[in-house]
Amino acid sequence: MVTMTELHRYGRTKFIMPGTAACPGCPLQVGMRQLAMALDGKMVMVIPAGCSSVIPGTAPNTAYTWPTLHVPFASSPAVASGLVRALRQRGVDGPVVVWAGDGGTADIGFATLSGAAYRNDDVLYIMADNEAYMNTGIQASGTTPWMAWTTTSPSGKTEERKEVDLIMLMHKIPYVATASIAFPMDFIDKVRRAVSIRGFKFIHLHTPCPPGWKMDDSYTIRAARLAVETGAWILWEYNQGRLTISPPSIPYKDKSRRRPLEEYLKIQGRFAHLKPEDVKAMEERIDKQWDLILKLAEIFK
Amino acid sequence: MTQAVARQVRKVLVGDHAVAEAVRLARVQVISAYPITPQTLIVERISEMISKGELKADFIRVESEFAALATVYGAAAGGARAFTATSSHGLFYMYEMLWWAAASRLPLVMAVVTRVVGPPWNIHNEHSDLLAIRDSGWVIGMAQNVQEVFDMTLTAFRISEDERVLLPVAVGLDGFILSHTAEPLDVPSQEDVDSFLPPRNPRIPYVVEPNGEAITMGNLPKDDVYHAILKELMDESMENAKKVIAEVYGEYGKLTGRNYGPLTECYRCGDAKYIVISMGAWTGDILNAVNRLRNEGYPVGVLRIRYLRPFPDEEISSWINGVKGVLVFDRDYSAGYGGVLAGEIMGLVPHNVSFKGVIAGVGGFDVSVDEFAELIRDFIDKTERDGPMRVRKSWYIPRR
Ligand code: SF4
Repeated sequence: MVTMTELHRYGRTKFIMPGTAACPGCPLQVGMRQLAMALDGKMVMVIPAGCSSVIPGTAPNTAYTWPTLHVPFASSPAVASGLVRALRQRGVDGPVVVWAGDGGTADIGFATLSGAAYRNDDVLYIMADNEAYMNTGIQASGTTPWMAWTTTSPSGKTEERKEVDLIMLMHKIPYVATASIAFPMDFIDKVRRAVSIRGFKFIHLHTPCPPGWKMDDSYTIRAARLAVETGAWILWEYNQGRLTISPPSIPYKDKSRRRPLEEYLKIQGRFAHLKPEDVKAMEERIDKQWDLILKLAEIFK
Repeated sequence: MTQAVARQVRKVLVGDHAVAEAVRLARVQVISAYPITPQTLIVERISEMISKGELKADFIRVESEFAALATVYGAAAGGARAFTATSSHGLFYMYEMLWWAAASRLPLVMAVVTRVVGPPWNIHNEHSDLLAIRDSGWVIGMAQNVQEVFDMTLTAFRISEDERVLLPVAVGLDGFILSHTAEPLDVPSQEDVDSFLPPRNPRIPYVVEPNGEAITMGNLPKDDVYHAILKELMDESMENAKKVIAEVYGEYGKLTGRNYGPLTECYRCGDAKYIVISMGAWTGDILNAVNRLRNEGYPVGVLRIRYLRPFPDEEISSWINGVKGVLVFDRDYSAGYGGVLAGEIMGLVPHNVSFKGVIAGVGGFDVSVDEFAELIRDFIDKTERDGPMRVRKSWYIPRR
């Protein structure tokens, strides 16, 4: 487990140079910095279209301090597959990381994601999920939660949320985990465990986005933490055959210890239109999700 | 004909296997492709070579052509020599990546086995697929026979990786007519190919690797003319490619005794008053028709386009200089315009010279030597009788 002292070492390390084009309170900057800490900034990154292709600023400059390929929306897992094979052919080692949003992962890039996973190519895939297409101005994605407002679901999304991490689990890859930017130690540990394994690794990182969720810039981490504390976002890890609930989520196996869901929902403007019965229906979905994950933990003991 | 330096072995291969043979001898490191008729034989043969240990490479079994081009793009960025192959719908499924690969200036080679684009489903030969990528920034070649398929594939790596070019190269071969037809060809030894084609330098133009330089590729440009400058540089590379193609084939000719164009080739053009222009395998049939017409006393020659990009405007202009008529055969159709070659070439033909573009073979039907002879004879006779015509587009569809 990573220690605070170890992380303090990185206090002044600018993995991402200042003056980026990110919005105030951007969760991607936080998450990417945590990823860089985990890997000591040593990686190659492939990024499809999205906020993270705009954040580093304009070519030939970049705010990211590692080599980066920005590629078309649907292509990043395939590009990473080719990249990692070329590096291994040349005898070059080191992590190849895809950093992609929910659009590039769950929707337009899903076929290439599935392909790279099925081939078990030696890639670490981080899905930074802010639950909508934020870079184009908040349109609903496959992972936008049920009933959330977006510009293409103005009275709330009517479809269910796609469970990308569970779908990845069924690809029989060695490592799948969920993570949250509000729990950096957990995320960093997961990244380090993941890169120590050969094959395809998938981490689903929860990244609440202030403009997209219609909330104050200062609420990013608060929202991410509340998602875990209300049980709405469950942190778990599947590592080569074993599925476990991650330490920050362990208390919330017990429903009575979860914070009321309203606390999480009320800070988000995108849920302002919810009726009490909608909140109830959401709670039921959360209970079912816990049921499912705990049963999976039983199966993959 | 120059004396060949290389020790060569005569083999009998179908066009697709000739591509695979060139890939093997080029010591390609990463190959990725998705099966599509009539390209599949390439993928199968390469997989076989790798599994038998004849080629030390990674074959990436991808889920689509889009992924195929994306993986070889990634492989080229990682410093490897990379290759893919496709056809028709597969090529169109790659379309976005075609542009991305070209403007990223990474060396890549792709075989395009030409085929009709649906609907309806049709696996026969047509050039519309290959011609639809002409604006994307790829160097585009089109072979006439299996020997040239092999030679064009092998030389493509040299052209693509040349510092003055750094553009991806598409090697076109006619579906079934070349891809599935066995012809004898001469194959140089590995040793001779190694001396002609050294391993790729992974640092040209740049490499993306862990602990490597923190470069960024593909993010937003700095100012509003950045993109235009990139395109201008690409244009410069296309112009350079003309010289590089000539140099590469010059060297290749010394090695193998096979001398090509470079960008075009003209048969019986020295004293010709009429020039017929075409591209690909059916040029062989047109040549037979022209030989027949020569016996009948018609002063006609055949100009074959070997590379459509860079566009061989100087070569075409010099071949048609002083002739009375130019007839272009297109095995493709640009909707709302006409034949692609005719459209591109017409601008080079002076107004007092007779010109006609004929669209034939679209959908894959065969055009016989007799039919070619008839069409050419008709064009020449009409021009001689009525003076120059200016027909950009006419359809040849036999009602069978
Ligand atoms: S829209 Fe959201 S994810 Fe995108 S840059 Fe702004 S805060 Fe970050």
